[in-house]
Amino acid sequence: MGIRTLVGMLVVALAVIGLLATQTSYSMFLPGLLQGALLTIEIAVLGSVLAVVMGVLAALARLYGPAPLRFLATVYVEIFRGTSALVQLFWLFFVLPQFGILMDAFTVAVLALGLNVGAYGSEVVRGAVLAVARGQWEASIALNMSRAQMLRRIILPQAFIAMIPPWGNLFIELLKSTALVSLITLADLAFKAQQMNQSTLKTVPIFTLVLLIYLAMSLVITIGMRFLEQRASAGLSRGRAA
Amino acid sequence: MWDWSFTFEILPTLASAAIITVEATLIGFVIAALLGLMLALVRIAIPWTAWPISVLVELVRSTPLLIQIFFLYFVFPKFGVVLDAFTAGVIAIGLHYAAYCSEVYRAGFDNIPRGQWEASIALNLPQWATFRDIIIPQVIPPIVPALGNYLVALFKETPLLSAIAVLELMQTAKIIGSDTFRYTEPMTLVGLFFLVMSLVSAAIIRALERLLNRRIPR
Repeated sequence: MGIRTLVGMLVVALAVIGLLATQTSYSMFLPGLLQGALLTIEIAVLGSVLAVVMGVLAALARLYGPAPLRFLATVYVEIFRGTSALVQLFWLFFVLPQFGILMDAFTVAVLALGLNVGAYGSEVVRGAVLAVARGQWEASIALNMSRAQMLRRIILPQAFIAMIPPWGNLFIELLKSTALVSLITLADLAFKAQQMNQSTLKTVPIFTLVLLIYLAMSLVITIGMRFLEQRASAGLSRGRAA
Repeated sequence: MWDWSFTFEILPTLASAAIITVEATLIGFVIAALLGLMLALVRIAIPWTAWPISVLVELVRSTPLLIQIFFLYFVFPKFGVVLDAFTAGVIAIGLHYAAYCSEVYRAGFDNIPRGQWEASIALNLPQWATFRDIIIPQVIPPIVPALGNYLVALFKETPLLSAIAVLELMQTAKIIGSDTFRYTEPMTLVGLFFLVMSLVSAAIIRALERLLNRRIPR
């Protein structure tokens, strides 16, 4: 879908929210929902940062680490990709305290979502690094670069461009997964929706607004990543910058 | 820390709940695969629907599955459609993944050389026969791995059904946990179940992929 269609959808989504807000049956829920959305955004942003860090670390460990580190990274990726995000969230929230590790719900949420998406992200990073043309590696060896120099100056900048679109998808996945944290008592957007639904039974306005708010947030991510992609691949003869 | 006798005590309960999880997965995936194919076909057969369908797909993919499950479960009764939790949940999962699957099918259709369509027109085949006998048999095999990935992804989303109190694996583990105040064993077993099933299905998908690639030279 083109970036203009996406911007159009965002404008329409925001306009519909604004239009609905003029009616009291909708606007009465808006402050509470927006408050929840703020927590959703906080968790999504912190989770994304953790995911990127974990993704890069795990990918580099799997590619260049010594055998034990490589093994550890593989186990991490397989465990977090092989089980549900919700199971991981509950495991960190309910089981770890029984081993004496107590964390508040917010920390658990950021940790679980960040680690979960980071596991998927490490495969994205690994794939992008491996996809850098072989000649680039050989040329950096020929120029007598150290491995760190090679990665920092030659390989990662090129891999970065290939990583942007799949990371965009992962950030959206992460944003959507934040709805799960409502199940471990955090008052995010989904939690607020459920709470208001239970107290007022005004299901239709509440969930319509919630869907629209999530949609707007997803679209902001999609549009931002498209923009980043265009900027990063400007002047290159490959990629799909248009 | 880990109580083996408790583990064996709860194992049968969890095993019967696992059947519900597998059921939800299979029914949900059948809905997703069929509806996804339908969306992709309508898009090609009736050109003006392409834009609305892509907006619809974007809408479904941009909002959390949990909210969609709540939406179906809570909002539909307002319009007189009362669904029990399992049905509502499975339909929501199926619809959500249909959006993803339709994109997979679309990529599959886009990969068919244009000559195949042109030859079908040249042979004066009706559109329906073109799809059924020429195009779809070529579309399906290459996209099986991608569909398989969504099957595994869908399987891993089924614990969300616990949020509307479907007695699947996660909900059962939660009930055991709140009854006995022992979360370690049930939660860990649920995690292991998903891990094992995911790894096994990933292996099956890889094997299937090899098999299909051998049969169809590309």
